Amino acid sequence: MNRFDYVRAGSVAEAVAAHGAGAAYLASGTNLLDLMKGGVTRPERLVDISRIAGLDAVETLPDGSVRIGALVRNATLAHDPAFARTYPAVAEALLSGASAQLRNAATTAGNVLQRTRCQYFYDTASACNKREPGAGCEAIGGATRTHAVLGWSEACIATHPSDFCVPLAALGATVEIEGPAGRREIPLADFHRLPGDTPERETELAPGELIVAVRLPPDAKAFAAHSRYLKVRERTSYAFALVSAAVGLTLDGDRIGQARIALGSVALKPWRAREAENLLTGQSPSPDLFAKAADAALAGARPSGDNAAKIELARRIVVRALTLARAGTPTRIPALPASPFGA
Amino acid sequence: MSFPITLTVNGVSRSLVLEDARVTLLDALRERLDLTGSKKGCDRGQCGACTVLLDGVRINACLALAVSHDGASITTIEGLADGDVLHPVQAAFVAHDGYQCGFCTPGQIMSAVGLIQEGQAGDDPERVREGMSGNLCRCGAYAGITEAVLAAQAAMNAPDVLPGGNLSEDAA
Repeated sequence: MNRFDYVRAGSVAEAVAAHGAGAAYLASGTNLLDLMKGGVTRPERLVDISRIAGLDAVETLPDGSVRIGALVRNATLAHDPAFARTYPAVAEALLSGASAQLRNAATTAGNVLQRTRCQYFYDTASACNKREPGAGCEAIGGATRTHAVLGWSEACIATHPSDFCVPLAALGATVEIEGPAGRREIPLADFHRLPGDTPERETELAPGELIVAVRLPPDAKAFAAHSRYLKVRERTSYAFALVSAAVGLTLDGDRIGQARIALGSVALKPWRAREAENLLTGQSPSPDLFAKAADAALAGARPSGDNAAKIELARRIVVRALTLARAGTPTRIPALPASPFGA
Repeated sequence: MSFPITLTVNGVSRSLVLEDARVTLLDALRERLDLTGSKKGCDRGQCGACTVLLDGVRINACLALAVSHDGASITTIEGLADGDVLHPVQAAFVAHDGYQCGFCTPGQIMSAVGLIQEGQAGDDPERVREGMSGNLCRCGAYAGITEAVLAAQAAMNAPDVLPGGNLSEDAA
């Protein structure tokens, strides 16, 4: 790990003022310190935001939206009974991520801002356009079974690994930001950037900007009775997703009212599947309909290497998540932790 | 630049001066405070050998900066036993062969203490395995570890049951 200056901020304003070129914000550090130990990231200064008061609350706002402070721990949020009841797919996603130790430390904003797990990004001996713009991408033509099948470019085929962000995208979350130019908000679905020619620019955050909260809108509650997060990975627990899906439905008699679908680990951002959602709206649920929705969600998919299997896997996960969501949110979240074979 | 910090470790206030902000909580415990029970396995948050309780909850000490946790309370494996009387989780690991070489054991035991306090696993072995998935055991003592966690939890909920009780047959 490189040497760095360490500054502890007492307020958001202090943090923003202490940030500058070469600086990074430190919350828990579960991803940042790992990257620093590997020499992947070499910040000259860490601005410790972990003690800033007021960023660790989960609050319901007068309009019915819920505001999750940037420093709320992943475990705290997932085990908040009222939150988990209202947003079960979010709780299920959080509990399927990482290990208990990491969930106890990792924060809301840190989860949103976690870096890709592409092994070529982590390996400083490999060329990576994200780590070093213009260096090339050794993932292309390499070991690609976990890489992107949607939205990738010739410059970068990495995926965003977050579970949490997948239901957040499906439910229309908003990211609240503070920075040198004041406060602003970005829809979570627009927060992460696709790689294009600039894979080193991973989010819409400007230099020095800080996430202060993530907000779920009032209508996100409507899906509580028919929500699922389904994650498939190479071992039952403590692994990143090969593919995941968050689904929420409202049922109006025997018809679907609204549908929400987002996919995880298929692109460099959580992938909201609006065409698939539109196809479901007002329709009577059936295996055929769900298969059509899955086809629509993956319509633009193409393998970025030896990973065509992820496309069919993603289709099946969409169908299965829709089927499970229609049957109803399980009373215990997650039904069987970490296992796609659970009810 | 140096950073004076104070940690309450196993109930005792310990002050130290870090000459470098890079010192992890794990290295502070092992190299500065001579508490070498917490192990450095991968040092990257993947193996769980460094698990300690930070203000009562289990975390990976290798992925925490000591300077960031000035004022915190830490419980390590050295703080569990009461003199020669083992903590129920320690006793259960002995009774149920929850280890072979022993390197991962302090982390396993601290993680189990955290899991039982979190109260999420109940008496379901599958949930115990899920709750302990952040602790790797290269000897593969997982079967004994799961039994030990279940037995320790039962013993802590009903103190008249010995943690060494033959839970494996009951659970089979």
